[in-house]
Amino acid sequence: MFITEIYLLVLLVFMIIAAIIAVEIKSLISSVISLGAVGVGMSISFLFLAAPDLAIVQIAVEVLLLIFLIRATLGREIVSEKGAVTIPLRLLSIFIVLVILGFGIIAFRNLPEFGKPVFSLVPEAPSNSYIQHGLKETGSANIITAVILDYRGYDTLGEATVLFTSLLGALVILRAKTKKNGTKVINHKETKARGGE
Amino acid sequence: MVFALCFVLFLTGLYCILTKKNTVKIIIGLSIMEAGVNLFLVLLGYKNDGVVPIIDRSTDIVHFLAYSVDPLPQALVLTSIVIGLGTIALGIALCMRLYVKYGTFDIAEIRRLKG
Repeated sequence: MFITEIYLLVLLVFMIIAAIIAVEIKSLISSVISLGAVGVGMSISFLFLAAPDLAIVQIAVEVLLLIFLIRATLGREIVSEKGAVTIPLRLLSIFIVLVILGFGIIAFRNLPEFGKPVFSLVPEAPSNSYIQHGLKETGSANIITAVILDYRGYDTLGEATVLFTSLLGALVILRAKTKKNGTKVINHKETKARGGE
Repeated sequence: MVFALCFVLFLTGLYCILTKKNTVKIIIGLSIMEAGVNLFLVLLGYKNDGVVPIIDRSTDIVHFLAYSVDPLPQALVLTSIVIGLGTIALGIALCMRLYVKYGTFDIAEIRRLKG
């Protein structure tokens, strides 16, 4: 067992504990902060997995996410007790989750073991071509940037579209209502006109 | 073993979505599931003693070709993380709007449609 795998196991146990605390704690602010612990654990795991770009992006995204979540829960962090699910339904949920876990563990037997990825077993996999010819074909020293902006450029265009649309939707939903006054004025005029008739 | 623990992280989020009635808790569960999936995809591309797929002037090309980790999952997970931020921001905006309208985060109490 390589040392990276041991580090990853420790980090994953930490992240699972933080996730369980985030799910089960009553106060919403504490839950959000535990979610932040999960995100930081992800970032450190990415560092161990030789993915520094992902670690940087994960930290930045996590900070923004925590700001949004804390803004949403500030001053309203009371969880009502009667909102809890009854115990039989909770047991049923645990049973379903355990069944899915069993199927997942059966499925994981067919995967190559950790540390021996598929692309090193298959010589014609596209990743091999990216690693070998990426610098020559795109001129980018960072192969990940070469994949994002050159080989899979259309994916990145789609990503930018999705991000723009979702943030536009969030802004439209959160916008202070200005149109309602306008419609009220129109209704007022209509009622006046009807009164005049 | 690592894969199984990563799947347990995913299932923690799934359990949260199945049992909680608070909308903010549901979005937190969604975020945990997303973290599990992203980490799993990056785990699939790791090679033992792997090096970062960035070529430097001092990089030994033969060693780099033999030990570089898979750049493709990393690039696509980068996309996925940013999209996750967008979707969760939209969900939180909906939660805040619901709170303004109904005065609660509890989905059992949000019943009537109010115009």
